[in-house]
Amino acid sequence: MASTLTVKLALARGLGALSRLRGGGATSAPGKLLLALEPDALGALSSRLRRGSVLVSATNGKTTTAAMVASILQREGVRLVHNQAGANMAGGIASTLLSAVRPRGQIAGELGLFEVDELWLAPVAAQLHGLCAVLLCNLFRDQLDRYGELETIADSWVSALHEGGARTAALVLNADDPLIADLGRERDGVVYFGVDDETLELSGMAHAADAKHCRRCGAPYVFDAVYLGHLGHYHCPECGQRRPSPTVLASEVTLEGVRSASFRLSTPTGEAEVKLGLPGLYNVYNALAAAALAVALRIPLSEIVAGLQATTAAFGRAETVTIGGHAHPRRTQILLVKNPVGANEVLRTLALEPGEHDLLGVLNDNIADGRDVSWIWDADFELLRGRVRRVTCAGTRAPELALRLKYAGIESHQIEVVEDLGQALAGAAADRPAADHPDADADTDADTDAPLYVLPTYTAMLALRELLVRRGEASSSWR
Amino acid sequence: MALTGATPTRTLRVCALYPELMNIYADRGNLLVLERRCAWRGIGFELTASGFGEALDPEAYDLFYIGGGQDRDQRLCAEDLLLHKRASLHAAAARNAIVLGVCGGYQLLGHAYAIGEEEIEGVGLLDVRTVREAGPRLIGNVAIEVSLEGAPAPTATASVPAAAAAGPGPDLGPNPGLNPGSRVLAGFENHGGRTHLGTDAQPLGRVLRGHGNDGRSGYEGARRGKTIGTYLHGPLLPKNAWLADWLIATALRVAPEELEPLEDALEDEAHRSARCAAGV
Repeated sequence: MASTLTVKLALARGLGALSRLRGGGATSAPGKLLLALEPDALGALSSRLRRGSVLVSATNGKTTTAAMVASILQREGVRLVHNQAGANMAGGIASTLLSAVRPRGQIAGELGLFEVDELWLAPVAAQLHGLCAVLLCNLFRDQLDRYGELETIADSWVSALHEGGARTAALVLNADDPLIADLGRERDGVVYFGVDDETLELSGMAHAADAKHCRRCGAPYVFDAVYLGHLGHYHCPECGQRRPSPTVLASEVTLEGVRSASFRLSTPTGEAEVKLGLPGLYNVYNALAAAALAVALRIPLSEIVAGLQATTAAFGRAETVTIGGHAHPRRTQILLVKNPVGANEVLRTLALEPGEHDLLGVLNDNIADGRDVSWIWDADFELLRGRVRRVTCAGTRAPELALRLKYAGIESHQIEVVEDLGQALAGAAADRPAADHPDADADTDADTDAPLYVLPTYTAMLALRELLVRRGEASSSWR
Repeated sequence: MALTGATPTRTLRVCALYPELMNIYADRGNLLVLERRCAWRGIGFELTASGFGEALDPEAYDLFYIGGGQDRDQRLCAEDLLLHKRASLHAAAARNAIVLGVCGGYQLLGHAYAIGEEEIEGVGLLDVRTVREAGPRLIGNVAIEVSLEGAPAPTATASVPAAAAAGPGPDLGPNPGLNPGSRVLAGFENHGGRTHLGTDAQPLGRVLRGHGNDGRSGYEGARRGKTIGTYLHGPLLPKNAWLADWLIATALRVAPEELEPLEDALEDEAHRSARCAAGV
């Protein structure tokens, strides 16, 4: 039995090598082949991880949250097997495990850290051996043509947590998301995290917000505070269900535009100030989730704080690059947008920066983006009204993004449609605002120039990264 | 009579039914397009939301809009429609107000629709019935040919190449091009239910690409008088500004040509983009 698995591993690995030679990213192909040859590969390989595995799932923030968890655990000297490139279906996780296999059946790591696609949580949780913790952060409206309705996903998560290793794994849940918090209904020892900061309260729920009805009795929730999408403080006036009291808490949140954020982190073992190198309330939530998981894994607070503060942007998630070479450097920040709530948080964060911005929006409708681009009408692009100097729209559905911006109140003459990404990027980067102070000639530092903000959908972000790596303007370290 | 001026000489009065719940596919985009295209012409625009338990004044609005929702929400809305709004909607339709149902809203305008094993009664404004059948959800880009009386003439770029209609989808017979006077609606559909038309319902259009009502009949949507239902969900009007103008004009009871023309370069591009995605 073991020897046949060895042969299958070698075959799948060979395919991976071939695929890389041919220039492919090869993140999930070998794993898919391995699972076809050996359906129990996830179980067989994860059983070799001495400290078991941890799963992270959410609609938004999976990759960044897992990167933060990795940063914390690596400081503690934990050797990880981690799907950091974001290939988060069974094939991607199998590929990650496969690439960690060493001769004589050893595995290069002691703990598996896997972000997992929302629809794949149930099958992956059922197959992994030694599942020791599950972190679930949020469920937002996303790619309805692929994911279906939110409640359907929440239902599948309920059953996932009642099966196999997930029944006994530590559960770490977002108290502020009613769909997520309710997953802990019948469990003891759940670690809940949440935000408590009245300065962040929104005046009302965003248009794209979901989860408005009590999971238990169907009555509409009453929200006493809304922070982000449908995340906040809520209770059900009918059956009395209310937000659980979090033991891991963020308060005194300060948001510094598109650059950084800080907050006070409270845990059962103490409190500390955390200064993140990542922007926006959404990243405060990601950090809080990572901290809560680390608390569940009994990591000391000082290491949690240091790990969070050392985390840099995952590729395409508020990542900053300089493009244009030495002659015409332009600081460019890539802010992935892929669904209404995620887009709203990026737009809110962008709106914190003063002045009028230069933007490049890239809207693709490939399968990984969702074929349906209707969601752009749910996102609050109105936040950009009066805040745009120039916006270029690119991608397979560029004209529809341009039209959305027009109806959001951006003037038609400020909007340009250039469907080809390479041309759009070159044009957008070269079109700079006139210097706003007379001695600007002396100042050619890309850091002080008005940056270009790129808002790509998922496959657009991958295409953009590829373009930048080819031109030597971004690192390909994510492989 | 010119419809521009500092003070609106006319006002489009829109009632959105359950906008908090029946908005799953960005239905807000449709209302926004109506609002902006009225504002740019100096036409007044009033939007009123009608929620649970609220009675509806059939005289008070020119256009009633209902979008789609999650199954749970749609079921709640169906009950409320029957209890509080059915008679008013029938009265509004009888006085030729527009009733536009999109996606789930379309299903609710029919006699009945099925969720799982359960059949839910609709308001019966359209002679259609939505059932569940074995087979996958009908998902994808879609383009249909529509003929609406008095619709503004298509621009030169709007004709369908003969080859375009030969793709997947129903067999269109020997004349795949557009009929004179008809227009294209492009959009995205995503529905599990199959909608069958009764003898009193006229289809909204003929499927050029995509699935349509049931994936077989070659028809999409339904009409009776000024009541319209379609599966082209979410931002139907952003992708088809001509239909927005037809709705505005018809609701105000003027000919579409009487509306002041707008600078529609981006609207035309977006329409073209949505059509290209559907392959038309």
